[in-house]
Amino acid sequence: MTARWTRTAVVALALTALSGCGGGAKANGPAPSHGVTGTVTVFAAASLTESFTRIGKDFQAANPGTKVTFNFAGSSALATQINQGAPADVFASAAPANMKTVTDAGNGDGTPVVFASNQLVIAVPKGNPQGIAGLADLTRPGVKVAVCAVQVPCGAAAKKALAVAGVKLTPATEEQDVKAALAKVKLGEVDAALVYRTDVTAAPSDVDGVQFPESAQAVNDYPIEVLKIAPNKAGAQAFVAYVRSGEGRAVLTAAGFRCP
Amino acid sequence: MSVSAAPRRGTLRVPLGLLVPAVLGLAFLALPLAGLLLRAPWSTLPQRLAQPGVLTALRLSLQTATIATALCLLLGVPLAWLLARVEFPGRRVVRALVTVPLVLPPVVGGVALLLVFGRRGIVGRWLAGTFGITLPFSTAGVVLAEAFVAMPFLVIAVEGALRGADTRYEEAAATLGARRWTTFTHVTLPLVAPGITAGAVLCWARALGEFGATITFAGNFPGRTQTMPLAVYLALETDMKAAIVLSLILLTVSVAVLAALRDRWITSP
Repeated sequence: MTARWTRTAVVALALTALSGCGGGAKANGPAPSHGVTGTVTVFAAASLTESFTRIGKDFQAANPGTKVTFNFAGSSALATQINQGAPADVFASAAPANMKTVTDAGNGDGTPVVFASNQLVIAVPKGNPQGIAGLADLTRPGVKVAVCAVQVPCGAAAKKALAVAGVKLTPATEEQDVKAALAKVKLGEVDAALVYRTDVTAAPSDVDGVQFPESAQAVNDYPIEVLKIAPNKAGAQAFVAYVRSGEGRAVLTAAGFRCP
Repeated sequence: MSVSAAPRRGTLRVPLGLLVPAVLGLAFLALPLAGLLLRAPWSTLPQRLAQPGVLTALRLSLQTATIATALCLLLGVPLAWLLARVEFPGRRVVRALVTVPLVLPPVVGGVALLLVFGRRGIVGRWLAGTFGITLPFSTAGVVLAEAFVAMPFLVIAVEGALRGADTRYEEAAATLGARRWTTFTHVTLPLVAPGITAGAVLCWARALGEFGATITFAGNFPGRTQTMPLAVYLALETDMKAAIVLSLILLTVSVAVLAALRDRWITSP
């Protein structure tokens, strides 16, 4: 029963991932690129590592003479680095709050746009041995749960979702980032963790994802922006356009993001 | 007295080749501290100090670092003695193994601890099955992580002290019929006490600042496993000023403790 539930959930997950924004992939066509060259330095949230690395390669192929270099880290650390004068061209944040830190300091160029969104799922060990079907199951005695600390975006989202569900959860640990929470499931130290759908998509052989309806109330938006300090403004604009193009959206969707 | 007077007279004749790098080195170590002091939100400091959670984290840090140091003394001093006094095959390898936690990134150390003492670890599974003890996400886990990272500092310091100590006293004790254990407790230990203290202080300081292995092995839960360095890291995510305040508290407390100990025990009379 529970096993079938999980399977249904996983299939549903895959389907929503596919229908997220892949439909527009072909229609939007290739990104505009008119003689952009040079290095584009992108500061991007850690959760974008896989998809942005891919998008960066595609961008380079589509724009010969360009080179994209990435600095992947927690969004707040990146915001601090940018506000301290790091020479970056583009900032892609996992939460509007960290983007606001940068724009409030006057370091943005233009208005940030949301290019993707991410939703929470419950990551459980492969096969869901504890039969977790929703947030309420996380409070069962003997079920150890990892969440993110409220200071990081995934923790804020988890707090919101739990509040919406009216579930009072005492986690075993409040991890410093989403990948650390997921690692605790992979290592078998906890029975479940609240992570992003993209994290589960990226680890298909280790964990299953259990969707829950309350996650819709705690969607995490990812804004992107060209920076004022950008040494390669043309390159930065071209990269942002590429992320939002059909090609970029297809990569993001395959990773489990939804695109607006 | 005359010994301490001689170098004082010599201060004027310190070669520039030593003085310049020494002052640069000091500046390099002290400037980040000055940076913290300059950016500290002095006006709101009292309110920030009174915030719940700050004292909890500080108390947990002091407790776990002290227990971890005790654990390191209990296991580390005998290990140092073994390395310094007993010839055995593979001693070089053992000595290298002792320094592994020094070169290992602490986060990797935390993962390694999970693989051994975690719920599915070799030792952890047995502990859970036999005694119902689970170490990850517990205060005991914090102590374990800190001891793992800090013990090499103690072992290296004590081994150095033992090697530097005059073995003739131990030989004399043995000649007079003292057993090796008696010699160890009555001759060797008092002889190297300053070295042990210095090692314990280093070990305590390292345990107090421990971050990577702790957050990986023991996780982060306020009141149970959230030590000061973890609180600082998470405060940095949202509120840089709060992080600076927490860092200053940790620095003040540790510098005060170290300075007090230094005056009392470490400086030789």
